[in-house]
Amino acid sequence: MMSSRAVVVGFIPLLDCAPLVVALEKGFAAAEGVHLTLVRESSWANIRDRLIVGHFDAAHMLGPMAIASTLGIGHLKVPTIAPMSLGLGGNAITVSNRLWDAMAKHGAVAGSNPRLLGEALQLAVRAREREGKEPLTFAMVYPFSAHNYELRYWLAACGIDPDRDVRLVVIPPPLLVDAMREGQIDGFCVGEPWNSLAVTVGVGTIVTPTTSIWRLSAEKVLGCRLEWAQRHPDTVTALVRAVYQAAQWCELPQNHEELSLLLAQLRYVGAPAGILQLGISNHLRLHASAQPVPVPDFYLSARGNANFPWTSHALWFYSQMIRWGQVEFSPTDLAQVRATFRPDLYRLALAPLGAELPFADSKIEGGASGFFDDRVFDPEAFTEYLHAT
Amino acid sequence: MTDSKTHNDASLRLLIVDQNVMRAAILEEGLRESGYVNVTVVRDMHNLMRRIVDIDPDVIFIDLENPNRDVLEQMFQVSRCVRRPIAMFVDRSDTDMIEAAVDAGVGAYVVDGLRKERVKSILDTAVSRFNAFNKLREELDQARQALDERKVVERAKGILMKERGLSEEAAYSLLRKAAMNENRKLTEVAQSVVTAARLLR
Repeated sequence: MMSSRAVVVGFIPLLDCAPLVVALEKGFAAAEGVHLTLVRESSWANIRDRLIVGHFDAAHMLGPMAIASTLGIGHLKVPTIAPMSLGLGGNAITVSNRLWDAMAKHGAVAGSNPRLLGEALQLAVRAREREGKEPLTFAMVYPFSAHNYELRYWLAACGIDPDRDVRLVVIPPPLLVDAMREGQIDGFCVGEPWNSLAVTVGVGTIVTPTTSIWRLSAEKVLGCRLEWAQRHPDTVTALVRAVYQAAQWCELPQNHEELSLLLAQLRYVGAPAGILQLGISNHLRLHASAQPVPVPDFYLSARGNANFPWTSHALWFYSQMIRWGQVEFSPTDLAQVRATFRPDLYRLALAPLGAELPFADSKIEGGASGFFDDRVFDPEAFTEYLHAT
Repeated sequence: MTDSKTHNDASLRLLIVDQNVMRAAILEEGLRESGYVNVTVVRDMHNLMRRIVDIDPDVIFIDLENPNRDVLEQMFQVSRCVRRPIAMFVDRSDTDMIEAAVDAGVGAYVVDGLRKERVKSILDTAVSRFNAFNKLREELDQARQALDERKVVERAKGILMKERGLSEEAAYSLLRKAAMNENRKLTEVAQSVVTAARLLR
Protein backbone atom coordinates (compact mmCIF):
# COMPACT_ATOMS: atom_id res chain seq x y z
CA MET A 1 0.00 0.00 0.00
CA MET A 2 1.40 3.33 -1.11
CA SER A 3 1.44 6.06 1.48
CA SER A 4 -0.32 9.24 0.43
CA ARG A 5 1.86 12.24 -0.42
CA ALA A 6 0.42 15.71 0.00
CA VAL A 7 1.16 17.98 -2.96
CA VAL A 8 -0.02 21.58 -3.31
CA VAL A 9 -0.20 22.89 -6.87
CA GLY A 10 -0.98 26.46 -7.93
CA PHE A 11 -2.78 27.27 -11.19
CA ILE A 12 -4.15 30.17 -13.22
CA PRO A 13 -7.71 30.02 -14.60
CA LEU A 14 -7.02 28.88 -18.16
CA LEU A 15 -8.17 25.97 -20.30
CA ASP A 16 -4.84 24.19 -20.00
CA CYS A 17 -5.05 23.77 -16.24
CA ALA A 18 -7.41 20.94 -17.26
CA PRO A 19 -5.05 18.00 -16.63
CA LEU A 20 -4.47 19.22 -13.05
CA VAL A 21 -8.18 19.63 -12.35
CA VAL A 22 -8.93 16.21 -13.83
CA ALA A 23 -6.07 14.59 -11.91
CA LEU A 24 -7.81 15.73 -8.74
CA GLU A 25 -11.49 15.43 -9.66
CA LYS A 26 -11.35 12.11 -11.52
CA GLY A 27 -9.15 10.39 -8.98
CA PHE A 28 -5.96 9.99 -11.04
CA ALA A 29 -3.91 11.68 -8.33
CA ALA A 30 -5.43 9.59 -5.54
CA ALA A 31 -4.77 6.42 -7.54
CA GLU A 32 -1.07 7.34 -7.64
CA GLY A 33 -1.02 8.02 -3.91
CA VAL A 34 -0.98 11.79 -4.33
CA HIS A 35 -3.15 13.88 -2.07
CA LEU A 36 -3.52 16.83 -4.43
CA THR A 37 -4.59 20.32 -3.39
CA LEU A 38 -5.15 22.89 -6.14
CA VAL A 39 -4.89 26.60 -5.39
CA ARG A 40 -6.25 29.12 -7.89
CA GLU A 41 -3.99 32.13 -8.28
CA SER A 42 -4.61 35.54 -9.76
CA SER A 43 -1.23 36.40 -11.26
CA TRP A 44 1.80 34.64 -12.70
CA ALA A 45 4.02 36.60 -10.34
CA ASN A 46 2.15 35.01 -7.42
CA ILE A 47 2.64 31.55 -8.90
CA ARG A 48 6.38 32.19 -9.08
CA ASP A 49 6.69 33.72 -5.60
CA ARG A 50 4.59 31.09 -3.86
CA LEU A 51 6.58 28.35 -5.55
CA ILE A 52 9.81 30.01 -4.36
CA VAL A 53 8.73 30.29 -0.73
CA GLY A 54 7.31 26.78 -0.70
CA HIS A 55 3.58 27.49 -0.46
CA PHE A 56 3.32 25.47 -3.66
CA ASP A 57 5.19 22.25 -4.35
CA ALA A 58 4.51 22.53 -8.07
CA ALA A 59 2.60 24.82 -10.41
CA HIS A 60 0.87 25.31 -13.73
CA MET A 61 3.58 27.47 -15.26
CA LEU A 62 4.35 29.25 -18.47
CA GLY A 63 7.19 27.28 -20.08
CA PRO A 64 9.49 30.34 -20.33
CA MET A 65 8.79 31.19 -16.67
CA ALA A 66 10.57 28.06 -15.52
CA ILE A 67 13.56 29.11 -17.62
CA ALA A 68 13.48 32.70 -16.34
CA SER A 69 13.52 31.43 -12.74
CA THR A 70 16.38 29.05 -13.46
CA LEU A 71 18.43 31.83 -15.04
CA GLY A 72 17.34 34.47 -12.52
CA ILE A 73 16.01 36.91 -15.13
CA GLY A 74 13.75 39.60 -13.70
CA HIS A 75 13.63 38.05 -10.25
CA LEU A 76 15.37 35.65 -7.92
CA LYS A 77 17.49 32.88 -9.34
CA VAL A 78 15.81 29.70 -8.21
CA PRO A 79 16.64 26.58 -10.23
CA THR A 80 13.30 25.34 -11.50
CA ILE A 81 12.51 22.28 -13.57
CA ALA A 82 9.70 21.09 -15.80
CA PRO A 83 9.34 17.31 -15.63
CA MET A 84 6.38 17.46 -18.03
CA SER A 85 4.50 19.72 -20.40
CA LEU A 86 0.81 20.40 -19.72
CA GLY A 87 -0.10 20.41 -23.41
CA LEU A 88 0.47 22.12 -26.73
CA GLY A 89 -1.20 25.15 -28.30
CA GLY A 90 -4.48 26.60 -27.03
CA ASN A 91 -3.70 30.29 -27.68
CA ALA A 92 -5.07 32.79 -30.16
CA ILE A 93 -4.64 36.41 -31.17
CA THR A 94 -7.78 38.51 -30.88
CA VAL A 95 -8.28 42.12 -31.98
CA SER A 96 -10.99 44.64 -31.20
CA ASN A 97 -13.80 44.79 -33.74
CA ARG A 98 -12.65 48.27 -34.67
CA LEU A 99 -9.14 47.07 -35.48
CA TRP A 100 -10.56 44.10 -37.36
CA ASP A 101 -12.60 46.48 -39.54
CA ALA A 102 -9.44 48.43 -40.29
CA MET A 103 -7.59 45.21 -41.15
CA ALA A 104 -10.50 44.11 -43.37
CA LYS A 105 -10.21 47.38 -45.31
CA HIS A 106 -6.62 46.39 -45.99
CA GLY A 107 -7.57 42.97 -47.26
CA ALA A 108 -7.83 40.76 -44.15
CA VAL A 109 -10.17 37.81 -44.64
CA ALA A 110 -11.39 35.86 -41.61
CA GLY A 111 -9.72 32.49 -41.28
CA SER A 112 -6.99 33.13 -43.84
CA ASN A 113 -3.32 32.44 -43.15
CA PRO A 114 -1.24 34.44 -40.67
CA ARG A 115 0.92 35.90 -43.44
CA LEU A 116 -2.02 37.59 -45.20
CA LEU A 117 -3.56 38.66 -41.91
CA GLY A 118 -0.26 40.09 -40.70
CA GLU A 119 0.19 42.03 -43.94
CA ALA A 120 -3.25 43.58 -43.51
CA LEU A 121 -2.33 44.51 -39.94
CA GLN A 122 0.91 46.03 -41.15
CA LEU A 123 -0.98 48.20 -43.66
CA ALA A 124 -3.33 49.29 -40.87
CA VAL A 125 -0.34 50.17 -38.67
CA ARG A 126 1.27 52.24 -41.45
CA ALA A 127 -2.03 54.00 -42.16
CA ARG A 128 -2.27 55.03 -38.50
CA GLU A 129 1.27 56.35 -38.62
CA ARG A 130 0.44 58.48 -41.65
CA GLU A 131 -2.65 59.81 -39.91
CA GLY A 132 -0.57 60.68 -36.87
CA LYS A 133 -2.58 58.39 -34.57
CA GLU A 134 -1.18 56.71 -31.46
CA PRO A 135 0.36 53.29 -32.06
CA LEU A 136 -1.84 50.24 -31.49
CA THR A 137 -1.59 48.56 -28.08
CA PHE A 138 -1.36 44.78 -27.85
CA ALA A 139 -1.47 42.85 -24.61
CA MET A 140 0.01 39.54 -23.65
CA VAL A 141 -0.10 37.74 -20.35
CA TYR A 142 3.47 37.79 -19.05
CA PRO A 143 6.88 38.81 -20.39
CA PHE A 144 8.19 35.23 -20.11
CA SER A 145 5.43 33.46 -22.01
CA ALA A 146 4.86 31.65 -25.27
CA HIS A 147 2.17 34.29 -25.90
CA ASN A 148 4.70 37.10 -25.86
CA TYR A 149 7.05 35.25 -28.20
CA GLU A 150 4.33 34.02 -30.59
CA LEU A 151 2.84 37.50 -30.88
CA ARG A 152 6.26 39.07 -31.46
CA TYR A 153 7.26 36.34 -33.91
CA TRP A 154 4.16 36.97 -36.01
CA LEU A 155 4.40 40.75 -35.91
CA ALA A 156 8.10 40.77 -36.78
CA ALA A 157 7.69 38.27 -39.64
CA CYS A 158 4.99 40.54 -41.09
CA GLY A 159 7.17 43.64 -40.99
CA ILE A 160 5.89 45.12 -37.73
CA ASP A 161 8.52 45.93 -35.09
CA PRO A 162 6.90 44.80 -31.82
CA ASP A 163 8.96 47.30 -29.81
CA ARG A 164 8.59 50.29 -32.11
CA ASP A 165 5.49 50.05 -34.28
CA VAL A 166 3.07 48.91 -31.58
CA ARG A 167 2.91 49.07 -27.81
CA LEU A 168 3.11 45.77 -25.96
CA VAL A 169 1.72 45.57 -22.45
CA VAL A 170 1.03 42.81 -19.95
CA ILE A 171 -2.50 42.19 -18.72
CA PRO A 172 -3.52 39.03 -16.85
CA PRO A 173 -6.00 36.77 -18.69
CA PRO A 174 -9.14 37.48 -16.62
CA LEU A 175 -8.79 41.24 -17.20
CA LEU A 176 -8.21 41.18 -20.96
CA VAL A 177 -11.77 41.21 -22.22
CA ASP A 178 -12.68 44.22 -20.07
CA ALA A 179 -9.54 46.05 -21.13
CA MET A 180 -10.52 45.55 -24.76
CA ARG A 181 -14.11 46.60 -24.14
CA GLU A 182 -12.88 49.79 -22.51
CA GLY A 183 -10.62 50.55 -25.46
CA GLN A 184 -7.39 50.28 -23.45
CA ILE A 185 -6.01 47.69 -25.85
CA ASP A 186 -6.52 46.93 -29.54
CA GLY A 187 -5.50 43.29 -29.45
CA PHE A 188 -4.18 40.49 -27.28
CA CYS A 189 -2.61 37.06 -27.32
CA VAL A 190 -3.94 34.70 -24.66
CA GLY A 191 -5.00 31.11 -24.02
CA GLU A 192 -8.59 29.94 -24.09
CA PRO A 193 -11.29 30.58 -22.99
CA TRP A 194 -10.48 34.28 -23.03
CA ASN A 195 -10.41 34.70 -26.84
CA SER A 196 -13.76 32.98 -27.26
CA LEU A 197 -15.18 35.01 -24.40
CA ALA A 198 -14.18 38.28 -26.11
CA VAL A 199 -15.87 37.08 -29.29
CA THR A 200 -19.00 35.87 -27.51
CA VAL A 201 -19.56 39.14 -25.67
CA GLY A 202 -19.06 40.97 -28.97
CA VAL A 203 -15.92 42.98 -28.26
CA GLY A 204 -13.37 41.15 -30.38
CA THR A 205 -12.58 39.08 -33.45
CA ILE A 206 -10.12 36.20 -33.42
CA VAL A 207 -7.42 36.89 -36.01
CA THR A 208 -5.62 33.57 -35.78
CA PRO A 209 -4.95 30.70 -33.44
CA THR A 210 -1.25 30.79 -32.60
CA THR A 211 -1.01 27.19 -33.79
CA SER A 212 -1.14 28.71 -37.28
CA ILE A 213 1.99 30.66 -36.35
CA TRP A 214 3.78 27.71 -34.74
CA ARG A 215 2.10 24.34 -35.13
CA LEU A 216 2.28 22.03 -32.10
CA SER A 217 3.69 24.92 -30.10
CA ALA A 218 5.03 24.53 -26.58
CA GLU A 219 2.94 26.15 -23.88
CA LYS A 220 2.52 25.46 -20.13
CA VAL A 221 4.57 23.09 -18.05
CA LEU A 222 4.29 21.48 -14.69
CA GLY A 223 7.02 23.37 -12.85
CA CYS A 224 8.69 22.79 -9.50
CA ARG A 225 11.86 23.79 -7.69
CA LEU A 226 14.82 21.58 -8.52
CA GLU A 227 15.59 21.29 -4.83
CA TRP A 228 12.06 20.06 -4.06
CA ALA A 229 12.21 17.51 -6.88
CA GLN A 230 15.54 16.21 -5.57
CA ARG A 231 14.12 15.78 -2.10
CA HIS A 232 10.93 14.09 -3.33
CA PRO A 233 11.78 12.02 -6.41
CA ASP A 234 8.96 9.53 -5.81
CA THR A 235 6.40 12.30 -5.47
CA VAL A 236 7.54 13.82 -8.77
CA THR A 237 7.13 10.44 -10.45
CA ALA A 238 3.68 9.90 -8.96
CA LEU A 239 2.55 13.40 -9.87
CA VAL A 240 3.76 13.10 -13.48
CA ARG A 241 1.95 9.77 -13.83
CA ALA A 242 -1.28 11.16 -12.41
CA VAL A 243 -1.27 14.28 -14.57
CA TYR A 244 -0.28 12.29 -17.67
CA GLN A 245 -3.27 9.98 -17.23
CA ALA A 246 -5.53 12.93 -16.55
CA ALA A 247 -4.32 14.59 -19.77
CA GLN A 248 -5.17 11.40 -21.67
CA TRP A 249 -8.66 11.49 -20.18
CA CYS A 250 -9.05 15.11 -21.34
CA GLU A 251 -8.39 14.11 -24.96
CA LEU A 252 -11.28 11.66 -25.23
CA PRO A 253 -14.23 13.29 -27.04
CA GLN A 254 -16.73 11.50 -24.81
CA ASN A 255 -15.24 13.38 -21.83
CA HIS A 256 -15.28 16.86 -23.37
CA GLU A 257 -18.67 17.86 -22.02
CA GLU A 258 -17.86 16.70 -18.51
CA LEU A 259 -14.50 18.45 -18.69
CA SER A 260 -16.08 21.75 -19.74
CA LEU A 261 -18.54 21.50 -16.82
CA LEU A 262 -15.72 20.75 -14.39
CA LEU A 263 -13.63 23.70 -15.55
CA ALA A 264 -16.64 26.04 -15.64
CA GLN A 265 -16.81 25.96 -11.83
CA LEU A 266 -15.80 29.20 -10.20
CA ARG A 267 -12.99 27.55 -8.23
CA TYR A 268 -11.33 26.46 -11.48
CA VAL A 269 -11.67 28.57 -14.65
CA GLY A 270 -15.05 30.14 -13.95
CA ALA A 271 -16.14 30.68 -17.57
CA PRO A 272 -19.32 29.34 -19.24
CA ALA A 273 -19.06 25.63 -20.10
CA GLY A 274 -20.25 26.23 -23.66
CA ILE A 275 -17.37 28.59 -24.32
CA LEU A 276 -14.82 26.26 -22.71
CA GLN A 277 -16.05 23.39 -24.83
CA LEU A 278 -15.10 25.21 -28.04
CA GLY A 279 -11.37 25.11 -27.28
CA ILE A 280 -11.54 21.66 -25.68
CA SER A 281 -13.06 20.24 -28.87
CA ASN A 282 -10.66 22.17 -31.16
CA HIS A 283 -13.17 24.73 -32.40
CA LEU A 284 -13.13 28.52 -32.49
CA ARG A 285 -15.80 31.05 -33.31
CA LEU A 286 -13.84 33.81 -35.03
CA HIS A 287 -16.51 36.49 -34.86
CA ALA A 288 -19.74 36.93 -32.90
CA SER A 289 -21.84 36.54 -36.05
CA ALA A 290 -19.95 33.48 -37.31
CA GLN A 291 -20.42 29.78 -36.59
CA PRO A 292 -17.69 27.87 -34.75
CA VAL A 293 -15.22 26.32 -37.17
CA PRO A 294 -12.95 23.33 -36.52
CA VAL A 295 -9.30 24.24 -35.90
CA PRO A 296 -7.35 20.97 -36.13
CA ASP A 297 -4.69 20.56 -33.44
CA PHE A 298 -5.69 23.82 -31.78
CA TYR A 299 -5.19 22.42 -28.29
CA LEU A 300 -3.57 19.10 -27.49
CA SER A 301 -3.70 17.99 -23.89
CA ALA A 302 -2.02 14.62 -24.56
CA ARG A 303 -2.06 13.63 -28.25
CA GLY A 304 1.17 13.74 -30.21
CA ASN A 305 3.36 13.44 -27.13
CA ALA A 306 1.92 16.75 -25.94
CA ASN A 307 3.18 16.14 -22.40
CA PHE A 308 6.77 15.42 -23.37
CA PRO A 309 9.06 18.22 -22.12
CA TRP A 310 11.14 18.65 -25.27
CA THR A 311 14.58 20.17 -24.75
CA SER A 312 14.11 21.88 -28.11
CA HIS A 313 11.07 23.70 -26.73
CA ALA A 314 13.10 25.11 -23.85
CA LEU A 315 15.86 26.12 -26.26
CA TRP A 316 13.46 27.87 -28.64
CA PHE A 317 12.05 29.85 -25.71
CA TYR A 318 15.59 30.80 -24.73
CA SER A 319 16.32 31.91 -28.31
CA GLN A 320 13.32 34.25 -28.11
CA MET A 321 14.42 35.65 -24.75
CA ILE A 322 17.69 36.58 -26.40
CA ARG A 323 16.04 37.84 -29.58
CA TRP A 324 13.86 40.29 -27.68
CA GLY A 325 16.56 41.52 -25.34
CA GLN A 326 15.39 39.87 -22.10
CA VAL A 327 18.79 38.23 -21.63
CA GLU A 328 22.12 38.02 -23.41
CA PHE A 329 23.38 34.75 -24.79
CA SER A 330 25.82 32.85 -22.63
CA PRO A 331 27.05 29.26 -22.91
CA THR A 332 26.51 28.79 -19.15
CA ASP A 333 22.89 29.86 -19.45
CA LEU A 334 22.45 27.61 -22.46
CA ALA A 335 23.54 24.63 -20.37
CA GLN A 336 21.14 25.63 -17.57
CA VAL A 337 18.27 25.98 -20.03
CA ARG A 338 18.99 22.49 -21.31
CA ALA A 339 18.66 21.21 -17.75
CA THR A 340 15.35 23.00 -17.07
CA PHE A 341 13.02 20.80 -19.12
CA ARG A 342 13.50 17.25 -17.86
CA PRO A 343 12.62 14.54 -20.39
CA ASP A 344 14.68 12.12 -18.26
CA LEU A 345 12.26 12.47 -15.33
CA TYR A 346 9.30 12.13 -17.68
CA ARG A 347 10.70 8.93 -19.13
CA LEU A 348 11.49 7.59 -15.69
CA ALA A 349 7.91 8.16 -14.55
CA LEU A 350 6.12 6.88 -17.64
CA ALA A 351 8.21 4.04 -19.04
CA PRO A 352 6.72 1.58 -16.49
CA LEU A 353 3.21 2.54 -17.67
CA GLY A 354 4.08 1.48 -21.21
CA ALA A 355 3.50 5.05 -22.44
CA GLU A 356 4.55 5.83 -25.97
CA LEU A 357 7.78 7.81 -25.67
CA PRO A 358 9.77 9.61 -28.38
CA PHE A 359 13.26 8.29 -29.17
CA ALA A 360 15.02 11.63 -28.79
CA ASP A 361 14.78 14.41 -26.18
CA SER A 362 15.08 17.15 -28.74
CA LYS A 363 13.70 17.69 -32.23
CA ILE A 364 13.95 20.12 -35.09
CA GLU A 365 11.13 22.64 -34.70
CA GLY A 366 9.94 23.24 -38.21
CA GLY A 367 8.60 21.10 -41.00
CA ALA A 368 5.65 19.15 -39.60
CA SER A 369 5.64 21.20 -36.37
CA GLY A 370 6.47 24.25 -38.41
CA PHE A 371 6.53 28.00 -38.16
CA PHE A 372 4.33 29.89 -40.61
CA ASP A 373 7.30 31.67 -42.20
CA ASP A 374 8.95 28.30 -43.01
CA ARG A 375 11.91 28.98 -40.75
CA VAL A 376 13.41 25.97 -39.04
CA PHE A 377 14.79 25.84 -35.52
CA ASP A 378 17.53 23.27 -35.20
CA PRO A 379 18.55 23.13 -31.52
CA GLU A 380 21.95 21.79 -32.57
CA ALA A 381 22.51 24.99 -34.55
CA PHE A 382 21.43 27.35 -31.82
CA THR A 383 23.81 30.25 -32.44
CA GLU A 384 23.25 30.08 -36.21
CA TYR A 385 19.52 30.47 -35.57
CA LEU A 386 20.18 33.49 -33.35
CA HIS A 387 22.26 35.15 -36.02
CA ALA A 388 19.60 34.57 -38.64
CA THR A 389 16.94 36.43 -36.64
CA MET B 1 17.14 58.27 -7.83
CA THR B 2 18.68 61.44 -6.46
CA ASP B 3 21.19 61.17 -3.66
CA SER B 4 19.26 63.47 -1.36
CA LYS B 5 16.35 61.03 -1.42
CA THR B 6 18.56 58.10 -0.54
CA HIS B 7 19.82 59.92 2.49
CA ASN B 8 16.62 61.49 3.67
CA ASP B 9 14.44 58.48 4.38
CA ALA B 10 11.33 60.37 5.44
CA SER B 11 11.00 61.79 1.96
CA LEU B 12 11.01 58.40 0.28
CA ARG B 13 8.04 58.12 -2.02
CA LEU B 14 5.93 55.11 -1.12
CA LEU B 15 3.05 53.93 -3.28
CA ILE B 16 0.28 51.56 -2.20
CA VAL B 17 -1.71 49.82 -4.93
CA ASP B 18 -4.74 48.23 -3.34
CA GLN B 19 -8.40 48.02 -4.31
CA ASN B 20 -9.34 47.23 -0.73
CA VAL B 21 -9.98 50.60 0.87
CA MET B 22 -9.66 49.45 4.47
CA ARG B 23 -6.43 47.54 4.01
CA ALA B 24 -4.86 50.41 2.05
CA ALA B 25 -5.85 52.79 4.85
CA ILE B 26 -4.32 50.56 7.54
CA LEU B 27 -1.06 50.30 5.60
CA GLU B 28 -0.97 54.02 4.84
CA GLU B 29 -1.49 54.86 8.49
CA GLY B 30 1.29 52.49 9.55
CA LEU B 31 3.77 53.97 7.12
CA ARG B 32 2.89 57.51 8.14
CA GLU B 33 3.29 56.57 11.80
CA SER B 34 6.75 55.33 10.96
CA GLY B 35 7.57 58.80 9.69
CA TYR B 36 7.09 58.52 5.93
CA VAL B 37 5.30 61.57 4.68
CA ASN B 38 5.10 60.78 0.98
CA VAL B 39 2.60 57.95 0.91
CA THR B 40 0.21 57.69 -2.04
CA VAL B 41 -2.62 55.20 -2.41
CA VAL B 42 -3.87 54.13 -5.84
CA ARG B 43 -7.17 52.26 -5.98
CA ASP B 44 -8.16 52.90 -9.55
CA MET B 45 -6.40 50.43 -11.81
CA HIS B 46 -6.91 52.51 -14.93
CA ASN B 47 -3.75 53.96 -16.35
CA LEU B 48 -1.77 52.40 -13.53
CA MET B 49 1.42 52.84 -15.49
CA ARG B 50 0.84 56.55 -16.10
CA ARG B 51 0.12 57.06 -12.40
CA ILE B 52 3.31 55.28 -11.42
CA VAL B 53 5.36 57.36 -13.83
CA ASP B 54 3.82 60.52 -12.36
CA ILE B 55 4.32 59.46 -8.73
CA ASP B 56 7.79 58.05 -9.41
CA PRO B 57 7.85 55.94 -6.24
CA ASP B 58 10.87 54.44 -4.51
CA VAL B 59 8.88 51.55 -3.13
CA ILE B 60 5.61 50.10 -4.38
CA PHE B 61 3.38 47.89 -2.25
CA ILE B 62 0.71 45.78 -3.89
CA ASP B 63 -1.86 43.42 -2.52
CA LEU B 64 -0.92 39.93 -3.72
CA GLU B 65 -4.49 39.15 -4.70
CA ASN B 66 -4.30 41.95 -7.22
CA PRO B 67 -3.83 40.46 -10.70
CA ASN B 68 -2.26 43.75 -11.79
CA ARG B 69 0.97 42.52 -10.22
CA ASP B 70 1.84 41.05 -13.61
CA VAL B 71 1.30 44.44 -15.20
CA LEU B 72 3.77 45.98 -12.74
CA GLU B 73 6.39 43.31 -13.29
CA GLN B 74 6.48 43.87 -17.01
CA MET B 75 6.77 47.62 -16.55
CA PHE B 76 9.86 47.06 -14.46
CA GLN B 77 11.37 44.63 -16.91
CA VAL B 78 10.90 46.40 -20.19
CA SER B 79 9.59 49.89 -19.75
CA ARG B 80 11.84 52.70 -20.72
CA CYS B 81 9.77 55.34 -18.97
CA VAL B 82 9.96 53.86 -15.47
CA ARG B 83 13.24 53.68 -13.62
CA ARG B 84 14.15 50.09 -13.08
CA PRO B 85 13.16 48.87 -9.67
CA ILE B 86 14.39 45.46 -8.73
CA ALA B 87 11.72 42.94 -8.29
CA MET B 88 10.48 42.55 -4.77
CA PHE B 89 13.59 42.38 -2.59
CA VAL B 90 16.91 43.88 -1.96
CA ASP B 91 19.04 40.91 -1.36
CA ARG B 92 18.64 37.85 -3.46
CA SER B 93 19.32 35.61 -0.51
CA ASP B 94 16.51 37.16 1.49
CA THR B 95 13.91 34.47 1.12
CA ASP B 96 12.83 35.05 4.72
CA MET B 97 11.71 38.52 3.78
CA ILE B 98 9.86 37.22 0.77
CA GLU B 99 8.22 34.53 2.80
CA ALA B 100 7.02 36.97 5.45
CA ALA B 101 5.60 39.26 2.79
CA VAL B 102 3.93 36.50 0.81
CA ASP B 103 2.45 35.05 4.00
CA ALA B 104 0.99 38.43 4.84
CA GLY B 105 -0.30 38.86 1.31
CA VAL B 106 1.77 41.86 0.32
CA GLY B 107 4.19 42.30 -2.54
CA ALA B 108 6.83 45.00 -2.56
CA TYR B 109 8.86 46.47 -5.40
CA VAL B 110 11.90 48.47 -4.52
CA VAL B 111 13.88 50.84 -6.67
CA ASP B 112 17.43 49.62 -7.03
CA GLY B 113 19.91 51.45 -4.85
CA LEU B 114 17.76 51.89 -1.77
CA ARG B 115 19.65 50.95 1.39
CA LYS B 116 18.86 47.49 2.57
CA GLU B 117 18.22 48.39 6.23
CA ARG B 118 15.66 50.98 5.16
CA VAL B 119 13.83 48.57 2.92
CA LYS B 120 13.69 45.99 5.67
CA SER B 121 12.07 48.38 8.13
CA ILE B 122 9.57 49.67 5.56
CA LEU B 123 8.71 46.15 4.62
CA ASP B 124 8.40 45.08 8.25
CA THR B 125 5.86 47.85 8.77
CA ALA B 126 3.93 46.72 5.71
CA VAL B 127 3.96 43.09 6.77
CA SER B 128 2.80 43.79 10.31
CA ARG B 129 0.05 46.05 8.98
CA PHE B 130 -1.13 43.45 6.52
CA ASN B 131 -1.12 40.88 9.30
CA ALA B 132 -3.14 43.27 11.45
CA PHE B 133 -5.62 43.63 8.63
CA ASN B 134 -5.87 39.86 8.17
CA LYS B 135 -6.50 39.43 11.88
CA LEU B 136 -9.21 42.06 11.73
CA ARG B 137 -10.78 40.30 8.78
CA GLU B 138 -10.68 36.96 10.60
CA GLU B 139 -12.38 38.50 13.60
CA LEU B 140 -14.98 39.99 11.32
CA ASP B 141 -15.53 36.62 9.66
CA GLN B 142 -15.86 34.96 13.06
CA ALA B 143 -18.36 37.57 14.19
CA ARG B 144 -20.33 37.08 10.99
CA GLN B 145 -20.23 33.33 11.38
CA ALA B 146 -21.42 33.59 14.99
CA LEU B 147 -24.30 35.75 13.81
CA ASP B 148 -25.17 33.25 11.07
CA GLU B 149 -25.10 30.42 13.60
CA ARG B 150 -27.40 32.29 15.92
CA LYS B 151 -29.78 32.91 13.03
CA VAL B 152 -29.94 29.23 12.12
CA VAL B 153 -30.69 28.23 15.73
CA GLU B 154 -33.45 30.87 15.83
CA ARG B 155 -34.93 29.51 12.62
CA ALA B 156 -34.82 25.90 13.84
CA LYS B 157 -36.50 26.92 17.07
CA GLY B 158 -39.24 28.67 15.09
CA ILE B 159 -39.81 25.56 12.98
CA LEU B 160 -40.10 23.31 16.06
CA MET B 161 -42.42 25.75 17.81
CA LYS B 162 -44.71 25.88 14.80
CA GLU B 163 -44.64 22.21 13.77
CA ARG B 164 -44.76 20.70 17.22
CA GLY B 165 -46.51 23.41 19.16
CA LEU B 166 -43.61 23.85 21.59
CA SER B 167 -42.64 26.84 23.65
CA GLU B 168 -39.42 28.59 22.71
CA GLU B 169 -37.66 27.15 25.73
CA ALA B 170 -38.83 23.60 25.00
CA ALA B 171 -37.79 23.93 21.36
CA TYR B 172 -34.32 25.02 22.42
CA SER B 173 -33.86 22.25 24.94
CA LEU B 174 -35.01 19.69 22.34
CA LEU B 175 -32.33 20.92 19.96
CA ARG B 176 -29.71 20.84 22.69
CA LYS B 177 -30.67 17.34 23.78
CA ALA B 178 -30.46 16.08 20.20
CA ALA B 179 -27.05 17.68 19.83
CA MET B 180 -25.79 16.05 23.03
CA ASN B 181 -27.18 12.64 22.14
CA GLU B 182 -25.67 12.70 18.66
CA ASN B 183 -22.46 14.33 19.83
CA ARG B 184 -22.87 17.15 17.30
CA LYS B 185 -22.77 20.90 17.53
CA LEU B 186 -26.01 22.71 18.28
CA THR B 187 -25.77 24.69 15.06
CA GLU B 188 -25.31 21.49 13.05
CA VAL B 189 -28.51 20.02 14.45
CA ALA B 190 -30.30 23.31 13.92
CA GLN B 191 -29.07 23.38 10.32
CA SER B 192 -30.39 19.87 9.67
CA VAL B 193 -33.79 20.85 11.08
CA VAL B 194 -33.90 23.85 8.75
CA THR B 195 -32.79 21.74 5.78
CA ALA B 196 -35.28 18.98 6.54
CA ALA B 197 -38.10 21.49 6.91
CA ARG B 198 -37.24 22.98 3.53
CA LEU B 199 -37.19 19.55 1.88
CA LEU B 200 -40.53 18.57 3.43
CA ARG B 201 -42.25 21.77 2.49
